Amino acid sequence: MMELVCPAGTPAALHAAVEAGAHAVYCGFADETNARNFPGLNFSRDELTKSIAFAHDRGAKVLVAINTFPRAGAEAIWHRAVADAETAGADAVILADLGLLAHTAERHPDLRRHLSVQAAAANPDMINFYAEAFGVRRVVLPRVLSVAEITAINREIDVETEVFVFGGLCVMAEGRCSMSSYITGKSPNMNGVCSPPSHVVYAEEDGELAAKLGGYTIHRNAKGAPAPYPTMCKGNFTSGDKTGYVFEDPVSLDASDLIPALAKAGVKALKIEGRQRSRSYVAQVVRNFRAALDAVEAGRPVPPGTLAHLTEGQSATAGAYRKTWR
Amino acid sequence: MDLTVGPNQFFWDATTWRDFYARIADEAPVDRVVLGELICSKRLPFYQTHIPEAVERLLAAGKTVAMTTLALVTLKRERNLTAELVDMGLEVEVNDLSALAHLPEGAAFSVGPLVNVYNEGTLRWLVGRGASRICLPPELPLASVEMLVAATEAHVDVWGWGRLPLAISGRCYHARLHDRAKDNCQFVCAEDPDGRAVDTLDGQEFLAVNGVQTLSGSCANLSPQLPALRGAGVAGLRLSPQSNGFLELCSLFRNLIDGRISAEDLSAAALPTAPGGSYCDGFLTGAAGVEWSGRP
Repeated sequence: MMELVCPAGTPAALHAAVEAGAHAVYCGFADETNARNFPGLNFSRDELTKSIAFAHDRGAKVLVAINTFPRAGAEAIWHRAVADAETAGADAVILADLGLLAHTAERHPDLRRHLSVQAAAANPDMINFYAEAFGVRRVVLPRVLSVAEITAINREIDVETEVFVFGGLCVMAEGRCSMSSYITGKSPNMNGVCSPPSHVVYAEEDGELAAKLGGYTIHRNAKGAPAPYPTMCKGNFTSGDKTGYVFEDPVSLDASDLIPALAKAGVKALKIEGRQRSRSYVAQVVRNFRAALDAVEAGRPVPPGTLAHLTEGQSATAGAYRKTWR
Repeated sequence: MDLTVGPNQFFWDATTWRDFYARIADEAPVDRVVLGELICSKRLPFYQTHIPEAVERLLAAGKTVAMTTLALVTLKRERNLTAELVDMGLEVEVNDLSALAHLPEGAAFSVGPLVNVYNEGTLRWLVGRGASRICLPPELPLASVEMLVAATEAHVDVWGWGRLPLAISGRCYHARLHDRAKDNCQFVCAEDPDGRAVDTLDGQEFLAVNGVQTLSGSCANLSPQLPALRGAGVAGLRLSPQSNGFLELCSLFRNLIDGRISAEDLSAAALPTAPGGSYCDGFLTGAAGVEWSGRP
């Protein structure tokens, strides 16, 4: 069976994910070393150690994301995160930065290394390079590839692949986007945040609700209508004679009906996005995905539509997995 | 400080492309030129036959010439293109790390601004692998630039001019804006030789799209930052091609570096042809990338 890799922003969410059937849970430390660096989220050293013991007792793995790009002059913070993850008993670390990969391969050779989606390794040459240079054992693929392309990649590499199947959808190649810091000064690569809430303002103007990011209007909605969060790449903009969602609609990813195709493509693990989500959300998504995986394993079809109410703005896309998305 | 002309980010017709580089060779006071296709492999066949002639002319004019990889390599055809680049015998500018799979150990190469070089460890690893020249990502603040320059003997450049490369995607926004699929784009990105502006619903200048690439709406202009960059030990500035006034822009930057004009002179003279018609330099010293330190 493919491995189900589930998000945990808190120890409570980790417990919920494990109990709902997660094969592995990924999480991060409460600082800028991981790409979900939100207030009130993530793990202390002590919480991680205890959470790993809890997961291991129940046969689940814990993967620690240390997947931002260390700041010049401050690499020691990221080095310490890797060392502490190993001490806490992590099953793997998820890394994106070349220098941090080199450091980890050299200083922590026995600590399993996964390549973060933030490294955007999108072809076999790049994946084989990371495998050979740093002993990377698994690669989380960027959300720019179709299922056919993932199949072709798996034929040419020896390491495992993991793909996102549900949750927030990056429209750009991950780890290669500085749109957020252009407008707000805070970026996924440097600060572990995208379109951060600290820069969001909602304003009532002319009977409409404007959602602004860093002073730039991302959405305008009639008062009382649902107002999606102003994520930069999912805003309503004008270009020439066109007004609309230039980059992407306010949708999220749901590739649950592609589970059989992804299994056939040779994918080893399916990943659910959402470390910022609540414990009950995580439990529900994990339970449904585990049921879907069990169904596929038993040769039954994926139960349809069970996750629709959990997607952002109630609409979902299969993203780049279907070639027509491009 | 030297000047590099970065790879053209946009899709220009073959004649325009050929004439542009002929004039760079003959007239532009720059030291180095990076040629090749950065954004979309489908564009390359339109001007590919003119590349050898451009290389020859630039070399004859005493310029250093490098060839860029694509920013995002996914298809088999694109991987082959990357391997072929390495065989051209010119300096390769790596803008997608998969090129390292084709570069023999110890062979010299340069690193472009689309590779994530944020810290000393990454810089040291790349230099150890053969990188002799690194153009840092535009997103870096001055403090990082200072520390990175101090950490290496390699030649460090920063992005000096042009709409900033902010993101790269699997999706083509030009095709999407024309209600076309990427595979049937009919090369509509050629209609926007400096990118297509994307504004907010309130008419604020915001971003620009260029095929699968997203750029800043305003034009990065680091001329006011020259003293700080010099102080940091930055060895060169990168100027990104634009469809109008680019030769004049090269001369303005040469004059600025040589102390013949001020940053205010440059900024005033170059504004009429700057893509987007406004400036930014906020990544270096501002609170956000879009800010402009020269704003009165």
